[in-house]
Amino acid sequence: MKKTMKHTVALAAILVMGFGYNVNAMHIFEGYLEPKWCIMWGVIAIPFFVIGCMRIKEILNGDRKNMVLMAMCGAFIFILSALKIPSVVGSCSHPTGVGLSAVIFGPFVTAVLGTIVLIFQAVLLAHGGLTTLGANSCSMAIAGPILSYVIYKICTKCRVSSRISIFLAAVVGDIFTYCVTSFQLGLAFPVNGSVAAATVNYLGIFAVTQVPIAIAEGILTVLIFDFLIKYSKDQLKELHVAGIVKEKIK
Amino acid sequence: MKTGTKILLIICFIAIIVFPLAFCEGSYEGADGNAAEQIEKTNPDYKPWFSNLYEPPSGEVESLLFALQAALGAGILGYGAGYLKGKSKNNESNGCNC
Repeated sequence: MKKTMKHTVALAAILVMGFGYNVNAMHIFEGYLEPKWCIMWGVIAIPFFVIGCMRIKEILNGDRKNMVLMAMCGAFIFILSALKIPSVVGSCSHPTGVGLSAVIFGPFVTAVLGTIVLIFQAVLLAHGGLTTLGANSCSMAIAGPILSYVIYKICTKCRVSSRISIFLAAVVGDIFTYCVTSFQLGLAFPVNGSVAAATVNYLGIFAVTQVPIAIAEGILTVLIFDFLIKYSKDQLKELHVAGIVKEKIK
Repeated sequence: MKTGTKILLIICFIAIIVFPLAFCEGSYEGADGNAAEQIEKTNPDYKPWFSNLYEPPSGEVESLLFALQAALGAGILGYGAGYLKGKSKNNESNGCNC
């Protein structure tokens, strides 16, 4: 486990040093998507949000103890999306923090938690926006967490340690969030009629800056997850978080 | 996870933040503008059709709100962490496996 961790860290360092564009990554601005796209992404996001609310109710009704864990996952998203971390490209961006909640509670619950944070930022901080809430939700609170969830499931199936799995899940989910944002912008603003060309354009702006920040997010997620495994293992087991049962008791 | 691994991870985290500040040149503005600039470049006719209902009046107020967001999160996370740790300690000392 330690050797694998060393390899992961080395890989992370190489990735961090490998990029050097002067760009910046954030959510889509208020008013920067045409109404039809706002509606389309909103319509996609709503079912996730509704199912998420139902899942939350179900989980909390099942066991009130889960409330602390869920609050912690929400708080983690709150903290991470307030941290504007300088990136190698000479500008700042913030992580998403949704990987932890996606792994523990699944993507639907995360859709609700992530959207709450997005609303907070859109209303109070002029960061993101209410008209683009659907689109930002789809990327940060839905697409990223789904990929994180899937990656964690696959990794633990392949008997990768749960800590390495959640590291990979958080990192890839974070980067994927901004890939989706790029695609959303590319779709709304094609270059010479080409969605693909525009998407690649925005990918240069969004995803690449995000790589070191995604790794930073991965590290924080592993540390918190390690704490939860240590002190809340039974509860994680009850929530059917994969890979916990096989862990040795320390 | 061993304590050594944890410390190594924390050092890596700090290095990721400090490295660009120390070795890369840049304005380090939270210039959300790059994507917007790109849109304006490729679609010069596009005008944002809606603006934020509320915008923090200054950088100071904005940092206040960001700090508030982080503090809220950190408070809840810390409370939860203490709760879980205390609970598991209690269970150990009571010799109860619940």
